[in-house]
Amino acid sequence: MMTEKIICAGFGGQGVMLMGQLLAYAANDNNLNTLWYPSYGPETRGGTANCSVTISEAKVNSPVISQADSVFIMNSPSLDKFESKVKPGGRILINSSLAEKKVERDDINAYYIPVNDIAYKLGNPRVANMIMIGAYIQLTQLFEKEEILKILRKSFGEEKAHLIPINDEAIEAGKKYIQENYK
Amino acid sequence: MAKVMMKGNEAMALAAIKGGCKAFFGYPITPQSELPEYLAKHMHKHGGVFLQAESEIAAINMVYGASGAGARVMTSSSSPGIALKQEGITYMAGAQLPAVIINVMRGGPGLGGIQPSQADYKQVTRGGGNGDYYVIAFAPEDLQETVNIIKEAFDVADQYRNPVMIAVDGLIGQMMEPVDLDIEVPKRELAEKTWATIGTYGKRPPVNINSLFLDPQGLENHSWNLAKKYNTIKEKEQRYEMVNMKDAELVIVAYGTMSRIVRSALEELNKEGIKVGLLRPITIWPFPEKAFKEIPESVKGILTCELSTGQMIDDVKIANNGKLPVGFFGRTGGMVPEPEEIIKAVKDMLGGLK
Repeated sequence: MMTEKIICAGFGGQGVMLMGQLLAYAANDNNLNTLWYPSYGPETRGGTANCSVTISEAKVNSPVISQADSVFIMNSPSLDKFESKVKPGGRILINSSLAEKKVERDDINAYYIPVNDIAYKLGNPRVANMIMIGAYIQLTQLFEKEEILKILRKSFGEEKAHLIPINDEAIEAGKKYIQENYK
Repeated sequence: MAKVMMKGNEAMALAAIKGGCKAFFGYPITPQSELPEYLAKHMHKHGGVFLQAESEIAAINMVYGASGAGARVMTSSSSPGIALKQEGITYMAGAQLPAVIINVMRGGPGLGGIQPSQADYKQVTRGGGNGDYYVIAFAPEDLQETVNIIKEAFDVADQYRNPVMIAVDGLIGQMMEPVDLDIEVPKRELAEKTWATIGTYGKRPPVNINSLFLDPQGLENHSWNLAKKYNTIKEKEQRYEMVNMKDAELVIVAYGTMSRIVRSALEELNKEGIKVGLLRPITIWPFPEKAFKEIPESVKGILTCELSTGQMIDDVKIANNGKLPVGFFGRTGGMVPEPEEIIKAVKDMLGGLK
């Protein structure tokens, strides 16, 4: 029975909540059970933000994740806070543009992806989170790029439809980075 | 209809519309503000009224008025806001007015915090305001159950002419889950609201909606009539779920988000060969005392798990009536435990019983 528990962490404004929501939406589109839970409260742009997503073929019970299969680290403080949450043998995807340290544990698989640098090269620093999503779906093969884009198209509507190509490029760039650096 | 991903607060708002809610009066408070926000956007499309009042007290009195006029009406708030509404709620219970009240609970006492909590258990299950009364209180654990219950709650309120409260913790309000808003829920047989003050049209004598009885004999009669109604509710409306009871050594009593964390703990315990059952109250008033008669002989103790320092445990002790040892595990103030903490509490209790 497939179960994937994910924690996304970074600072407000990086699209951390959206990353988790996209995966939850994709899970629902695939008729999987899912639960997304955000840290909430007086969080602001620049403050810390994190969310948990559970995706499973079985009914989702605890919304609280103690041992995550995958952890997204979008900034340096999140690495200190969430490295211990990765289950042994699990994966941690680190935004190495902002988190310069390496993981201390040797029982987890770490992937260092300079998502901000890649996003700047693509010409839109705001798609760093989508590069991370691209890296994740390349590693897990859990969802297709097209499934993520379908959700974005629906949520962007016509007004923001012009942003689809850059997000497409960003997901592709994340996939490619993994293909080239982590064979 | 396919399941859609919705945030708890928004799903609860849409469930109210689907349940026939025609009027909403509220005042914002974290962690439930997305609920009125959703209704502000959508209520008018369904022929309903949305109004943000100047305070919680104003909102609950608007609910009183709309209910008195026979409308299906709702308000929502979170713990300190619900405390402010208690005057209106006891008036409604006294005047026998139906309404649905959603309480997305946060930590207390006082202004407390804004993180998930179940520390309103006693406020919810003991009436909350003055006088001999109760509100019917549901405490669902996931979004599907929550929306189904909200849709049904308007019928329950109308049937008993009494406020119904949906008590969920902040986590249920803030999380997203796939949910089907169009699942059919049981319909009640409802009498016409002949008590509603909507004008006599010269055809009937006027009716009064009132909770003031200056004649003590009149108030005693009224109170015993209410007590009779509450006894009927206790008999007919207890709702609960029994999980993993076969050969269980220990039974955990938990509701809402806590029961979901307990379910994860039970899976792990089961792998280790430790058999623990879950008694999950779905109504917290009436408390499901009947469920305790179904606890099998194999059970050696009861562990109550709550997001509070221990409130439901008193009801557990009353229902248990001294039969089994009762233990407690709780986190509070907005702290939500991991399943491992429940596992440890179970092992500690079982160790003490052997």
